[in-house]
Amino acid sequence: MSSFRYAVSDTLVLAKRSLLRIPRAPDLLLSFTVQPIMFVLLFAYVFGGAIETPGFSYIDFLMPGIIVQTMSFGGFVTALGLSEDLKKGLIDRFRSLPMSRAAVLAGRTLADVATNSISIAVMLVVGVIAGFAFDAPLTHILLGIVLLLLFGYAFSWVFAFVGLTSTSPEAAQSLGFIVIFPLTFVSSAFVPVESMPGALQAFAEVNPFTIVVDAMRSLFLGAPAGNNVWGAFAWSLAIIAVFATLSVRKYKRAVVR
Amino acid sequence: MPAAYAIEAEGLRKSYKDVRALDGVDLRVPAGTVLGLLGPNGAGKTTAVRILTTLLPPDGGQARVAGLDVTSQAAELRSKIGLAGQYAAVDENLTGAENLEMVGRLYHLPKGEPARRATELLERFDLSDAADRLVRTYSGGMRRRLDLAAALVARPPVLFLDEPTTGLDPRSRIALWETIEGRVADGTTVLLTTQYLDEADRLADRISVIDRGHVIAEGSSDELKDQLGGERLDVTLEDEADTEAAIMALEPIAAERPTLVDGVLRMPIHERKGAIGAAVLRLNQAGIGIDDVAMRRPSLDDVFLTLTGHTAESDDDGLGDLSVQETGNSPSEEER
Repeated sequence: MSSFRYAVSDTLVLAKRSLLRIPRAPDLLLSFTVQPIMFVLLFAYVFGGAIETPGFSYIDFLMPGIIVQTMSFGGFVTALGLSEDLKKGLIDRFRSLPMSRAAVLAGRTLADVATNSISIAVMLVVGVIAGFAFDAPLTHILLGIVLLLLFGYAFSWVFAFVGLTSTSPEAAQSLGFIVIFPLTFVSSAFVPVESMPGALQAFAEVNPFTIVVDAMRSLFLGAPAGNNVWGAFAWSLAIIAVFATLSVRKYKRAVVR
Repeated sequence: MPAAYAIEAEGLRKSYKDVRALDGVDLRVPAGTVLGLLGPNGAGKTTAVRILTTLLPPDGGQARVAGLDVTSQAAELRSKIGLAGQYAAVDENLTGAENLEMVGRLYHLPKGEPARRATELLERFDLSDAADRLVRTYSGGMRRRLDLAAALVARPPVLFLDEPTTGLDPRSRIALWETIEGRVADGTTVLLTTQYLDEADRLADRISVIDRGHVIAEGSSDELKDQLGGERLDVTLEDEADTEAAIMALEPIAAERPTLVDGVLRMPIHERKGAIGAAVLRLNQAGIGIDDVAMRRPSLDDVFLTLTGHTAESDDDGLGDLSVQETGNSPSEEER
């Protein structure tokens, strides 16, 4: 019990450390605020008029997709931070301390949940101003926000693994983007899957991003859900289970670069 | 502590792919003493520290630190050690005080203690004025002091300092030495790695010389120097062309055949008394001009050169150079 308590307190100490970075290096804040706003406005007004989204206005169609995409990238701070910690020898210091083996990673990923919350709030405000309208009961909307944070948390663990594996902070960042960017586009996030050519469409239909985005359209807009809501939670938990295990194992053997 | 030795390692082995970083290293450090682990880059110093601080499992051999096994009792051991490395492992976006408090909380010190300890250590390491400044505004020397303070937060009985002054300018380096001497060494067992002979000479009670994964000599600084025999006479000739003639003239009174090192003729001698006079007389008789004559005790540099066939430091002053120096053939583990 006490080791569990230490794991929790160690995690909180390190999450606080990650969050303190934001006011200290405020340029980082741009990527949680200005960048998502920019994406909402660009997609809504540049592509919006050209993309057919039967049953929805484009801004309604877009918002769940673009928030899910933003969530999946929120964890890049974890990759960047871990990669820097490795390079500067901080991971060695942490590993020589009598603290939980998971706390460094759990602290970083937990801090991402806070920054992701900021991004969600900012994007919803901008979306509503641009014409987005919720069409679902409040409980569904709240469940939707929980799903967004959980999915973002899952990708923080993916980025934790990327950060511990790549050779430099820059490499960590670009590796993350190369892997995740196409996944988010070959999904139902920005265009209806039916408009894609056959092979892409087949991929997009099984892409977890499609499942999560469709779940969000159901929770925010009352679109037919099918099994997507359960599927989205299941995918998120599965990603956390796999990547948390891989990352902690990698952390235990981390080597200074 | 049950063991008389605070650090005890036997037959430590570690390989990275086909490079043998450690090839059977034995170390014994009595409690309360400072051991200098001296060797060039790539000798295996950092690997040894990483194994002893539980960061790396050894391939073979065993080690106990503070009476605890580094592999089977790693978790308990971590609360008894402090580590300060060559990286100044502190968070740039936290203040000095926040860094130390964070470390104190991660050592699970009782409530209120991390903050008290932080204030105390900042004071002791002359960082009080900078306590609330972000570390990214600190100088290199200040960062190293903070790093050292972080290693001491939990008052660990055993302290590991991995090349604590590498990359510092000469002035900060001497200041850090004074800090280590005055504030670290009291009662704490210290293992210090260094590639600087003067650093080991000054800070360590005993020195283990390590090269290519082996401990090749062990003893106090004086004992190591004595291994080389006694004193020598360094003769600088007016004209280096006379070297062969000078060796011929001096050989009869030398303990060993004199050799030319960096333009200076080194002559090992049996006895100090009368040696300078005899040497000068013989060179005069041979008509060889002398620029300078000096009596020398062997330095640790000589010890290293004699033991390994290469010097420990490849740059002249051995200071302030962050670039990796390749002295041996073995790739350095620090470069991995």
